[in-house]
Amino acid sequence: MAKPLSHRMMGWAGRAAVVAILGFIILPAVVVAIAAFNDKALLSFPPEQLSLRWFYKAMSYRDFQTGFQNGLIVMLFSSSIALVVGSAFAFVLDRYEFRGKKLIEGLLLAPLVVPHFTVGLGLLILAAQVSLTRTFTVVVVCHVILVLPFVLRSVYISLRNLDERLELAAASLGGKPWSVMFTITLPLLMPGLVSGWLFAAILSFNEFTASLFVTAQRTQTLPVAMYNYVREYADPTMAALSVIFIVVTAALLTLANAYLGLGKVLNVEQAR
Amino acid sequence: MSSRPAELVAEKVQPIRNAEPARDVAVQLDGVSKRFGTSVALDDAWLKIGRGEFMILLGPSGCGKTTLLNLVAGFLLPDAGEIFIDGSLVTDVPAFARKTGIVFQNYALFPHMTVANNVAYGLKARGVGKEEIRTRVAQTLAMMKLTGLEDRKPRQLSGGQQQRVALARALVIRPKVLLLDEPFSALDKNLRASMQVEVKEIQRNLGVTTIFVTHDQSEALSLSDRIAVMSGGQIRQIDTPEQLYRRPADRFVASFIGEGSWLRATLDRFNGDDAVVTVGKTAITVPAAPLAGVAIGADVDLFIRPEHLHVASAAEAAFEGAVAASIYQGGHVDLYVDTPQISSARVLMRLGAKDARGSWNDGAKIAIGVSGNDAVAFPPASA
Repeated sequence: MAKPLSHRMMGWAGRAAVVAILGFIILPAVVVAIAAFNDKALLSFPPEQLSLRWFYKAMSYRDFQTGFQNGLIVMLFSSSIALVVGSAFAFVLDRYEFRGKKLIEGLLLAPLVVPHFTVGLGLLILAAQVSLTRTFTVVVVCHVILVLPFVLRSVYISLRNLDERLELAAASLGGKPWSVMFTITLPLLMPGLVSGWLFAAILSFNEFTASLFVTAQRTQTLPVAMYNYVREYADPTMAALSVIFIVVTAALLTLANAYLGLGKVLNVEQAR
Repeated sequence: MSSRPAELVAEKVQPIRNAEPARDVAVQLDGVSKRFGTSVALDDAWLKIGRGEFMILLGPSGCGKTTLLNLVAGFLLPDAGEIFIDGSLVTDVPAFARKTGIVFQNYALFPHMTVANNVAYGLKARGVGKEEIRTRVAQTLAMMKLTGLEDRKPRQLSGGQQQRVALARALVIRPKVLLLDEPFSALDKNLRASMQVEVKEIQRNLGVTTIFVTHDQSEALSLSDRIAVMSGGQIRQIDTPEQLYRRPADRFVASFIGEGSWLRATLDRFNGDDAVVTVGKTAITVPAAPLAGVAIGADVDLFIRPEHLHVASAAEAAFEGAVAASIYQGGHVDLYVDTPQISSARVLMRLGAKDARGSWNDGAKIAIGVSGNDAVAFPPASA
């Protein structure tokens, strides 16, 4: 039996809307990706001749190389520190009742509300007071503050979904607290920990606004280096770099999905 | 047997006899209380569970039965009182050192471990040797009919299989007490019945002391050696299923276990451990204990089971009523009778189907006799 025309039209309209929205989301990335292969030294679209020269330039440009290294160092330190600090706080918030709990929760999630440039500016002023202005320390501290809420959220949700009875059962079977922690709690929290770390790492690596304030020439991260580049040049190097960025991030997420399962991370799959 | 040297026999018997005073009580609670904030979850609980006994904690939700179980397991610390397991004081002993095996309602199997590793967990935690772990896990899985499922993950198992794994995991450590927290409530009816039989069998074969929490009274009556009926954080009565049914200690236990009706009666006299009350024209003997302090001639509430009411001739009837509804139940017929002068609610009586079929239309007058002495009377509720 054919469905009424109105239903079919709704079906088509719905599908078209979904396609349009998805297209709209990836359109900027697509345009940039195509522009990256332009042969000319202009960010024109569409390109007349294709070339990989801008990819080569992006990879060999000195500031981008150091920016990439700096970004990597800052990313590894800040997301790892945020993971430890965030997990500890998430654990305390989940397991204990105490006065001022709401306040602490609010403070830890505050960076979601405070603009990045405020955090950057504040840290710049503070760093000047203690002569740390041109060091990695201040950059790492800045990024820890910014990514902490994401780690905290991720671990907190995993803890919430962890059935306390699993730990109780393990304890009654003779598992001492530390042993239960390593054999039951941590393995079951692993997806949350990894996804928290991963989100923190990606955010840190992409962070620009606050980084602009707290980095110096020597410590600038890749997004800052890119900003400085576009202030002087307008060739497709930036576009090429963007493509590399997207490919690498997508590859990381795919790996994470393959090995951890984003379904598990997002708690779609509920263990009985 | 007769050729065995006498001293060998003596050696075997001696230590058991010496240890007996401590051994006949497996779990003991002395005045244990637990509060959560301002609400009292368990109020001054006294309980002794014999070695190898199957004890059921029965009560509606929120009655404190799960709190009691958690206190025995060591998941909670009591605010007052002491807990003993196998004769030793464990009030401050952490859960991991109490050697209790617990099965939760949702089984709480470790989702990231195989069946074999779930069962082996308690043995590994106790540092048992690899070879012994392998044999004991294999034995336990065989006992629970789980052989062949060793490498499955919990989510690949059916509800009944998960239940067996949870039991195997708790039993493999040879617990001093097996704690079961509503273990069958997630199973469908048929599976539940067969698991009940199986658990009872295993419990008897292993002789493991068991505390079983449930709110299902038919489960409680069919499984247990003794039942502790709980309500409002208090243990109301600890007794065998039969005694609970025949001699409930208070109004709550009477109403909670089985069915029955409340009749208005008058206290006639005390007679040693018994008391005699009159309901309508009939005198009935009831236990005196619940009526302590009630004046002769005062009104009391008589609790009577439906099978102890029968259709009587006008001469021997205790009271009369009008049939409000008759419900055919196959083997028997339940009659709900209006007797305004005897009871404010409808009185339930249960007749054999042969006696009752078709003979009681709604509104029919009926003369009711009270038989047997299995009735209990309590002071009026308002007193």
